Amino acid sequence: MIVVQKPGLLASVQDLGRHGHRQLGICPGGALDVLALTLANRLVGNVDGAAGLELTMGGCEVRFETDTRIALAGDDFGAQLDGVPLWPCWSVPVAAGQVLKLSGANAAGAKKAGLRSWLAIAGGIDVAPVLGSRSTDLKAGFGGHEGRALRKGDKLPLGTSRLDAAQRTRKPFGLRGPDWGPEEADSAIALRVLPGPEFEQFTLAAREVLWGERWRITSQSNRMGSRLAGTELKRKRAGDMLSSGVIPGTIQVPPSGQPIILMGDAQTTGGYPRIGVVIRADLWKLAQAPLSGKLRLVQVDMAEALAAWAEQQRYLAQVAQGLAVAGWPGAA
Amino acid sequence: MSGLPPPRLHLLGDAALLCELPAPATLVQQQRIWALAAEAREWPGVGEVLPGMNNLTLTFDPTAIELDALTAQVLEAWPKLSAKAVEGRLVEIPVAYGGEHGPDLGDVAAHTGLTPAEVVRRHSAGEYVVYLLGFLPGFAFMGGLAPELATPRRAEPRTAVPARSVGIGGEQTGIYPLVSPGGWQIIGRTSLEMFDPTAESPTLLRPGDRVRFVVESVET
Repeated sequence: MIVVQKPGLLASVQDLGRHGHRQLGICPGGALDVLALTLANRLVGNVDGAAGLELTMGGCEVRFETDTRIALAGDDFGAQLDGVPLWPCWSVPVAAGQVLKLSGANAAGAKKAGLRSWLAIAGGIDVAPVLGSRSTDLKAGFGGHEGRALRKGDKLPLGTSRLDAAQRTRKPFGLRGPDWGPEEADSAIALRVLPGPEFEQFTLAAREVLWGERWRITSQSNRMGSRLAGTELKRKRAGDMLSSGVIPGTIQVPPSGQPIILMGDAQTTGGYPRIGVVIRADLWKLAQAPLSGKLRLVQVDMAEALAAWAEQQRYLAQVAQGLAVAGWPGAA
Repeated sequence: MSGLPPPRLHLLGDAALLCELPAPATLVQQQRIWALAAEAREWPGVGEVLPGMNNLTLTFDPTAIELDALTAQVLEAWPKLSAKAVEGRLVEIPVAYGGEHGPDLGDVAAHTGLTPAEVVRRHSAGEYVVYLLGFLPGFAFMGGLAPELATPRRAEPRTAVPARSVGIGGEQTGIYPLVSPGGWQIIGRTSLEMFDPTAESPTLLRPGDRVRFVVESVET
């Protein structure tokens, strides 16, 4: 069992998401950075689909009531386990009674840090699955722990770990985190984007702005979407759209002309024109992009999107291979 | 056989395909959308099917089925679809109209020039069709509202519309499954749960269902 001593801005139980129910209006939710949760889970010997905690902007404390093993991925926010730094993508043993603290400040190692962290614990958070997932649907109020964000004092049960005693207590080890790509001159984060179904409805000038602008992520962003600020994106003609499916990564443009990139908790259908869609391989960067940070949107085609996806899968396969060589349980 | 024009196909990211029919949206076209959804969900490599209004989004695994193959499959299936493929159920929804459950019944009456009792009579006389679910779990976008009942959304949306509220927003009517912010004119409330995540069928309504509102009580 673990105890939430301080939840920070927003802490919730999340796994890889609740899939297969979109046509009932149920959003996929889940960890916004699936890659980070997957890495953290593998580092503690969990299956990829085990539930962990998604933490927002540090400021949280978790106490472990049993001997276990943990890994943190994403931004570390100066994480310390009883005063000892815990680096992202490291797997460390934990003794009952130890406390993990995330402050507000980032360690020097986390270059682009600034928004979210994912914590995996051996065995995973063992709340009851609802509709096939342990993720918390914060808007609809079900799943996860009592269908809500975590509060001070919440106690969360852990599932059965796949690590034996020798593995659980093995000395800390880490792996190379995912690649952010080349550093942008103004430290903007580049997201690769496929033009959306309504791309052509925007003026030529707007389409140039889309690719040329340094978009600022506003503080109105949340698990439903990242709201961007920049030059207004104008359509050739105003007009209502009929309700149509949206998925995480969809860049929709409301009448204000300020785009919103939808994330896991967004509603399943929308009525705003979709100027583009962030490719799957880059969604994790958006999940970690700090508020007030800058984004650059880079146009790609389907072949480039699929190549990026394949590259990410290769990285995950290398991680799995490395852990297998070290005698760790398989990812499955 | 379908004499309907084929859908326009467009990628929605690198793992979803939008199939969109030409305007205007009609029930006949929507029936083909449901039929395509029912068929496509069985195809290898296709994940989820999500009917919209006059369109369908398919998620797919591009490593399992290539885009060209999926596109060809949609266009080949399209002319053979039967409008009767999805047989919706008739669902009766009891409603307590007006009073504390329907605080905007008076405003709808004022806007439409009808008496509140007449608004209730006409609203409960119609048979509605669930075109799609979206916005919230179990929220049904329904067609079939009598045109004279159309009322614009409230100028100031409510921050918390109670769960199971029945409302009119523009030319649509619907039921809020959960407490939610919302701008629709609230004319009543049902006692039925629209969404229960622990139930075998988590939503009361599904695309293709027909709906009748049954007057349980009226307070004007």
